[in-house]
Amino acid sequence: MTEVMVEPWMLLVVAMIVFAIGLLGVILRKNLLVMLMCVELMLNAVNLSFVAFSRMHQTLQGDITVLFVMTVAAAESAVGLGLIIAMFRTLKTVDSDQIQMLRD
Amino acid sequence: MSWSMVAFSAFSTIAIISSIFVILKKNPVSSAFSLILVFFSFAGLYAVMGAHLVAALQIMVYTGAIMVLFVFVIMLLNADTPVLDLKESGGLFKAITTFGVIGLLGILLKTVLRAKEIQATGNLTEDKINELGGNFKVISEALFTDYSFHFELASFLLLGAIVATVALAKRKSLKGSSV
Repeated sequence: MTEVMVEPWMLLVVAMIVFAIGLLGVILRKNLLVMLMCVELMLNAVNLSFVAFSRMHQTLQGDITVLFVMTVAAAESAVGLGLIIAMFRTLKTVDSDQIQMLRD
Repeated sequence: MSWSMVAFSAFSTIAIISSIFVILKKNPVSSAFSLILVFFSFAGLYAVMGAHLVAALQIMVYTGAIMVLFVFVIMLLNADTPVLDLKESGGLFKAITTFGVIGLLGILLKTVLRAKEIQATGNLTEDKINELGGNFKVISEALFTDYSFHFELASFLLLGAIVATVALAKRKSLKGSSV
């Protein structure tokens, strides 16, 4: 029986699929909360590919980059949710099609 | 099949299926819980690859902090209206979107196929890392020596994010305010 080992390119395939799903979610959904969640999904897919490339190059720079991407993602989601709360106070909705204050 | 392959198959299947659920579920709370499942299975994938520090931080930062924040905001806004709110859009937009995503997938697939040709530039193999004291130790040493400036910059970013979030959340209303 041959041993099948996990190769880094398999992780790249998973990251590619999850990234495409996250992109579709950002494009197709209207709920701002779900759109922000899909951005997190895309960031996670990129993190996974960073780790895979780091294993291919046999360095640990990709792992360290993932730590900084996580920091940026935490800051981004905090500011994004603050924006959504501010928008909900004004417009009473989280629908992205209702943001048309510049038109009035 | 080796155990790592079994774990990889299970975790990647869970990750892909629940990320489809994230964009298809009508209720934002269901989307949030599917996303938590995605993050957990990603942590499993990191552990399979031997990135132990990243796997631990994935669970702590993403499922522990970010998703709690998301669920809290959903609760606060009471926005769990069960409608599948796909955008109403013209045929042209849908066509452009479809071609765009297919094109992007093609580019990514080309990258993945060419990734097999990558030659290892470093010398940190699995055995070398274990010899140096494990994944945690090697990454922490690099983080506090070579990357200490970037580490400090990250703290400034977090400080700025805290100030911005408090300033946004304290404001009464966007309409009619002088700011």
